[in-house]
Amino acid sequence: MKARRADGSWPWLFVLPTFLGVVVFYLWPLLKTLYDSFTETGPFGGSTWVGAENYSTLIADGEVYRAVVNTVVYTAIVLLGIPLAVLFASLLNRPGLRGAMIYRTLFFLPYVALPTAISLVWRIIYNGEYGVLNQALGVLGIDGPSWITEPWFALIAVALLGLWMSIGFNMIVLAAGLKGIPGELYEAASLDGASRVQQFRSITVPLLTPSIFFLSVVTTIAGFQLFDQLFALLGPTNPVMPKTQSLVFLFYDAAFVGNDRGYAAAVAVLILAVVGLLTLFQFRFQRRWVSYD
Amino acid sequence: MTSRDQRQQRLGSNRVAHVVLILGSLVMTFPFLWQLKMAFSSQAEIQSVPPDLFPSKLQWSNFSEVFQRLPFLDQFWVSVAVTAGRTIGQLVLCSMAGYAFARMSFRFKGLMLALILSILMVPSQVYLIPQYQIIQSLGWLDSIQGIIAPGIFSAFGTFLMMQFFRTIPAELEEAARLDGCNPWQTFWKVVLPVARPGLISLAIITVLASWADLLWPLVVTSSPENMPLSVGLATLSGYQGTISPGVLMAAALMAMAPVLILFVVLQRRVVEGIAFSGLK
Repeated sequence: MKARRADGSWPWLFVLPTFLGVVVFYLWPLLKTLYDSFTETGPFGGSTWVGAENYSTLIADGEVYRAVVNTVVYTAIVLLGIPLAVLFASLLNRPGLRGAMIYRTLFFLPYVALPTAISLVWRIIYNGEYGVLNQALGVLGIDGPSWITEPWFALIAVALLGLWMSIGFNMIVLAAGLKGIPGELYEAASLDGASRVQQFRSITVPLLTPSIFFLSVVTTIAGFQLFDQLFALLGPTNPVMPKTQSLVFLFYDAAFVGNDRGYAAAVAVLILAVVGLLTLFQFRFQRRWVSYD
Repeated sequence: MTSRDQRQQRLGSNRVAHVVLILGSLVMTFPFLWQLKMAFSSQAEIQSVPPDLFPSKLQWSNFSEVFQRLPFLDQFWVSVAVTAGRTIGQLVLCSMAGYAFARMSFRFKGLMLALILSILMVPSQVYLIPQYQIIQSLGWLDSIQGIIAPGIFSAFGTFLMMQFFRTIPAELEEAARLDGCNPWQTFWKVVLPVARPGLISLAIITVLASWADLLWPLVVTSSPENMPLSVGLATLSGYQGTISPGVLMAAALMAMAPVLILFVVLQRRVVEGIAFSGLK
């Protein structure tokens, strides 16, 4: 407010580069994609208005249905990373725990590793013939599946990789939440004779619900945008791909391999709708189980 | 309960905590250790059943083969240039815009902010095809500037910096103004130095995201020497028959090393940066 008089045209210098960039590279593309989803791309790049045809194709497309199911399965498995991270983060939060910094570093490594690079490592670990995972399972008397080439196992393999990569991030968010819980609460509880497990259930978990809620929103949204691990772990030409693909892979395939841009735009709008609905749903639902006090 | 009992109880249960945490860290680090082992192993050793825990002889040649048989060095420099370009671009542009939204008043401010923030939750696929067409019409396909361009503008970065500037007391700027600084000088000489923690958070997040980014560079590049490492490694599947897995592991190791080293050196900052941005 104070600044009004002196500002003159300075604000435009500060704001316009970003604003114009956002308009050109984000807002216009958003509108263009909405429009394109009602068109069909011709063989020579031109496009014609086809109304809702892409959307009716989309609804009838078995591949889309399968991709949604895959995405739900993937997200459900990655969400298991949240309770695991709650366990690890609260153990790390114990006062006087030795080596906490070392544990923190180790748990965080998968999150900062280049996903496409670490996926190559996991591809060898998962290998059905000589992979160390199946050899370890063999020691336990379990005949491990061919992880990368059988559809459901391939999807589970991708999800376990996603879970493994997510824990470090989850723990950072939870650690910030844990820092906000006053130590007196635990002291009072232990004076009342509450055990560690009781304290965990009646203090730690309820007071962490805002962080847990935030993580479940972020994880679900990221889950519905699954692409990198799928692409890098299984490989785009893997024969299982039609059965394990995500919505984003379907989009990529339609837009840049099949050159069916109108249909791809409709898939993108579907992703937007799903992510938007999920966000809205979770924010409405949060009032029932999140305590912010 | 005496304090000694309590201490013993704590020590006892910390033992359980250590067991759980050690098991957890083993699962988290095993792939890295295994990768390290494989990067120094021959193909026969990697594919042996049962597995060898250590290579019989360190295969340093795996590393030199990476440079001979893959366009690794080209891709490494593309990754560095893209990451540097996006990070510097975002630091400059997002802090400028964030500062104006936090501190200045101008026409259409609310509308412009609302328009920028409206794209925060929109998945990136929604922009992808038109962005590709823009880059194509600029003649920037398969080029570094093509990979960088859309990523220097960020609604998230603008929001992050705006929030950060709002926490800085206004007295400093007032003093600079009285000293005769114009808004740009105030911003550049007085505000930005104070905003270092916010800038570092944004830089860390942008470096991590740019180094790892896959879908966009995959779409805009086509020749292997113009791809960043993320894309180069992901599209290697065609080579698989001809290149030993040990060489692939050596390449993967070198591709993730810069960010891993950066993280271990700056760990506290990285954790703060992610927590700050995550909890906005």
